[in-house]
Amino acid sequence: MKAARYRRCLQGVIWREAMRFAQQRERFFAALVRPLIWLFIFAAGFRSVLGVSIIPPYNTYITYEVYVLPGLVGMIQLFNGMQSSLSMVYDREMGSMRVLLVSPLPRWYLLICKLMAGVFVSLMQVYAFLAIAYAFEIDVPPVGYIAVAPALLLTGMMLGAIGLLLSSLIRQLENFAGVMNFVIFPMFFASSALYPLWRLKEANDTLYQIASINPFTHAVELIRFALYGAFDPGAAAAVLAFLVLFLGAAIIAYDPARGLTGRLGGGPV
Amino acid sequence: MSAVDLEPAGGRAPELAPALAIADLRHRYGDRVALDGVGLTLGAGELAILLGPNGAGKTTLFSLITRLYDRQSGAISVFGSDLRQDPTTALSNIGVVFQQRTLDLDLTVLQNLRYAAALHGLARGEARARITAEIERAGLAGKANEKVRRLSGGETRRVEIARAMLHHPALLLCDEATVGLDIPGRQAILDRVRALSAEDGVAVLWATHLIDEVRPADRVILLHRGRILADGPADEIAREADVASMGEAFTKLTRAAGA
Repeated sequence: MKAARYRRCLQGVIWREAMRFAQQRERFFAALVRPLIWLFIFAAGFRSVLGVSIIPPYNTYITYEVYVLPGLVGMIQLFNGMQSSLSMVYDREMGSMRVLLVSPLPRWYLLICKLMAGVFVSLMQVYAFLAIAYAFEIDVPPVGYIAVAPALLLTGMMLGAIGLLLSSLIRQLENFAGVMNFVIFPMFFASSALYPLWRLKEANDTLYQIASINPFTHAVELIRFALYGAFDPGAAAAVLAFLVLFLGAAIIAYDPARGLTGRLGGGPV
Repeated sequence: MSAVDLEPAGGRAPELAPALAIADLRHRYGDRVALDGVGLTLGAGELAILLGPNGAGKTTLFSLITRLYDRQSGAISVFGSDLRQDPTTALSNIGVVFQQRTLDLDLTVLQNLRYAAALHGLARGEARARITAEIERAGLAGKANEKVRRLSGGETRRVEIARAMLHHPALLLCDEATVGLDIPGRQAILDRVRALSAEDGVAVLWATHLIDEVRPADRVILLHRGRILADGPADEIAREADVASMGEAFTKLTRAAGA
């Protein structure tokens, strides 16, 4: 009985996110345009500049477009996680967050439902992006399209949890521009999304150290290996650890008894 | 087994316990005192008007009752369930209409209600039946597939009441639910909520700053600067304050307490 209640709640939150998403088709296309520009303009331009040698999980020399593909998949999820965070701040300002938070199921579960709904949307975007890339012969082994799904669930949850935590700290929508500058761009550029870590190490050791502990690097590597039907246990463990860390912090931040809520006259509601 | 296990969402709780019992509730935002020793009891099926000017602490009180914020001191229980010890049971007995509009503007009336039903764990068939009944009660049968953005202010409020009643709560909290509505719209909302109390036995705590929403026999809880200044039937409060109407009593009592 109780399990059915929890399931219906999860279905309802995902369904609402899907409905909202269907209403905002421009959001779907905007989310696709960004990685496509990177793939077809940036990566094509850099093709002759950057050669990528044989590194796992690749068995042969690859073009830069092929190298950058997992990073752009990660980019979709990173932006989606932040978009979810933005929509939570919006929901809070518009009041609809209250409806979620006063429903009787435990708050930690409601937040996980919200997170899962965001991941569901990002999965649709990722597969649309991979389909377009495939049409232009930037593809991965067929098994990769299936093997990447669980990896995407994990990375989507982790990046969404960062967004969730940020949404508990951001007071107003206007402050969201800061998230772009201080979170999304540093995470994206200081990672293995655009260049292999060994190249980064040759160029700048400090940057390499930063990229090595960047959660986004581990997310990209988990996706990269999964796209080739391989498993990177180190990346998976790191992504899982970051998920627990960020989700735990977000749950505490949204907990009425422990978070900032109500103490400062504002907070996560 | 808790009340929640017996019935998936809402459902009448034991009649013996008061619908809402609040004792010595205090809350601060930094140095600013929002609530200062508030205590009240609301019986099952009872309607009470929580009257207070803007900034009196009404919304803070509602936020604490719905556990958007956690209480800093004092106690709150809903039909005998302590809000902190057993929030699931307590919250499943509460329906809320917030001061702020909280419907999703880009979804239809039906979609908004479906979402609310899911949050309370209602099974699909049961949810469908309840949604249809509540939409009809709200007089919005022709607008079920209309986007909320296209509804008038009064219609939006009726949808919010329908949503609040979807899980059959035994306690309804309405925070300034008529703000921004014209007089007929306000009257329709008030009539609907009064009927819920009188006919369906739902306890109602109606927060407002509009004195003309109070009838002489209504129980009024007068809140000012986080403290309850008076609690009783409106005509008795006026008589004790030695004035002719609740409006005058409101002015006199709040001035005496420091307006």
